[in-house]
Amino acid sequence: MIKGKFIDNLPKVYGIYTGGFLVFIILMAIAEQAGMSAKMIGIFFVSFTVAIYAIIGYLSRTLQVDAYYVAGRQVPTVFNGMATAADWMSGASFVAMAGGIYFKGYGYMALLVGWTGGYVLVASLLAPYLRKFGCYTVPDFIGTRYGGNAARLSAVLVLTVASFTYVTAQINATGTIASVALDIPFGIAVYVGLASILLCSMLGGMRAVTWTQVAQYIVLIIAYLLPVFWISNKMGAGVFPHLMLADEVARIAELESQFGLGSVKNSAADLATVPKGLAGITKAHSEVNTTPWKFISLAVCMMAGTASLPHVMMRYFTTPSVKTARRSVGWSLFFIFLLYSSAPMLATLSKLSLIDPSLPTGIIGKSIAEVQSIDWYQNWNQANLMFVSDFNGNGTLELNEFFMGGKAVVLATPEIAGLPYVISGLVAAGGMAAAMSTADGLVLAIANALSHDLYYKIIDPKAETAKRLIVARVLLVIIGFAGATIAALEIQGILGSVIWAFDFAMSGLFFPLVLGVWWKRANAPGAVAGMLLGLASGTAYLIWVRTGGAGFWGITQLTFGIVGSLVSLVSMIVVSLMTAEPDAATQKMVDEVRVPSGKTVLGKQH
Amino acid sequence: MSNKEKHWEKTRGLLFVTLAIWFVFSIGIFFFGAEMEASSFRPFGYPLSYYMTCQGSLGIFVILIFWFAGRQEKIDEEFGFTEREDS
Repeated sequence: MIKGKFIDNLPKVYGIYTGGFLVFIILMAIAEQAGMSAKMIGIFFVSFTVAIYAIIGYLSRTLQVDAYYVAGRQVPTVFNGMATAADWMSGASFVAMAGGIYFKGYGYMALLVGWTGGYVLVASLLAPYLRKFGCYTVPDFIGTRYGGNAARLSAVLVLTVASFTYVTAQINATGTIASVALDIPFGIAVYVGLASILLCSMLGGMRAVTWTQVAQYIVLIIAYLLPVFWISNKMGAGVFPHLMLADEVARIAELESQFGLGSVKNSAADLATVPKGLAGITKAHSEVNTTPWKFISLAVCMMAGTASLPHVMMRYFTTPSVKTARRSVGWSLFFIFLLYSSAPMLATLSKLSLIDPSLPTGIIGKSIAEVQSIDWYQNWNQANLMFVSDFNGNGTLELNEFFMGGKAVVLATPEIAGLPYVISGLVAAGGMAAAMSTADGLVLAIANALSHDLYYKIIDPKAETAKRLIVARVLLVIIGFAGATIAALEIQGILGSVIWAFDFAMSGLFFPLVLGVWWKRANAPGAVAGMLLGLASGTAYLIWVRTGGAGFWGITQLTFGIVGSLVSLVSMIVVSLMTAEPDAATQKMVDEVRVPSGKTVLGKQH
Repeated sequence: MSNKEKHWEKTRGLLFVTLAIWFVFSIGIFFFGAEMEASSFRPFGYPLSYYMTCQGSLGIFVILIFWFAGRQEKIDEEFGFTEREDS
């Protein structure tokens, strides 16, 4: 019902959708003035947006293999960019990133550089060539390029380990937001989140996920940018915060030295009274506070991880041509840039409004009793995201006596800066959109690899289309439930497991993917060795460091991908050279992949 | 040398240039964090180290990808490997 014509009308359709969403925000603002409770506004925001995604998911249902796996390869450049940006920016980017910058400053910003720089690798090394290949999934490329079930299976294994680590964090994030916004227990909220995720992807596969991701990007970017611009203007900090906050950054540095940042230390006994998960400001806002190697090693891992994560790569399989795949990477990064370049600004505005005594919102220097009587302090204290305590007993709040959770920077700043509650509702909807869109992409990546590569290509190559698509959907539900079950256990934090996912992907897939295009001599035994030894050595290093091992070269549990990928590279080259070179047909296939024109290597439906 | 080989040689050349620029702004400059911080060149008034991490490098990557895509399209065109619209 939406074929062809729908594609031509995309700008119009999403224009109307954006307008409708803005009208909805205004209606909520009016309702707030009329006395609607904060809780109701939160419920409306989250349930309204999730309902829209579910409708899009239903309308995009399909019974065709290429629509299910690669959205029929007709997603236009700019829209694929938006979908990739939503696919990419997870609950962690949306909720935790500004908080990380707020607390850790320069050292943390290696993640910003890494998570954007990786797209240069995607555009130049991989995306256009994998698009030319015409594969449905990333293991599909590995399996066909190198040949043989061993290579295909190894790729499925790496993909599953990396994506599954990532997806539990995302389902965890949807659960957190749903439980706050809808006011239900976390254990139930996780499954509510899962149900919304499955509604978007189950009936239409990649096609449905594509069109919901575009819708989710629009919601999340409005929800992120609106408060940043509003707060900046309200504070008089600048009409366009990105270019105008230099004075505020300097002012924070001035206040930091005035308040004795770094010289006043809390005793261990005092710190023990601070609730778990909250932190004080202990690092300078803009100073270079880490060694070059620490910064660079983290950035390198995130970049190589970006280029190896299958849920990102498979978005470029959906464009109509090689040329559009290449341009689409640029658009993806542009849309990501809009949010990433705003996160440091939000952190700056948030910190300044809290610590500057000359601003009406500033709390440092006020009496403890006064701070404890502020409405928003009480709310966020109750939510376990904010805490003050008079350690030195002088009755006044000092910089070292104020503690906050990382999520509070995004979630609480609108309220602290005195914006109406409707903005907080909007932010909750944005966080939900960010977490859902990434979870959708990941669950689909895993389910597609298992259904296409494991079931269809290895177990039952004669399966009919209808049966393949049923298997794909059953796997989607199973993986979703497995992810939710693990998320409900709350084993790791959101951000930590996201970084691990990058390291896993980098360890096992980076070099087998890149060399598959750029080194003709690479063969199947080499690739299998590269994937398996890379993944195994990376994992072993992680376990070693986690269990008290000293590590080497300053590589930590956040950068174990360096070890994994180096082992992967060396073993792949050595084993490839020791075994026979790939046959003529394979070499010809690689030649074919290197030019954009002509037919794809794999057929339209395979 | 065949048409295909020449095309690939040029493509590889473009890759090296692209990766060199990428290396400078994602890795190279961050060896000099402290020097950037002390620098008197302050874009929009921000310390250079701070600016590069929150906007500078990120923006350069966006421009770099579009530039790369444009150059690669030219190379494909030069050797007649541009895709037909209907394919």
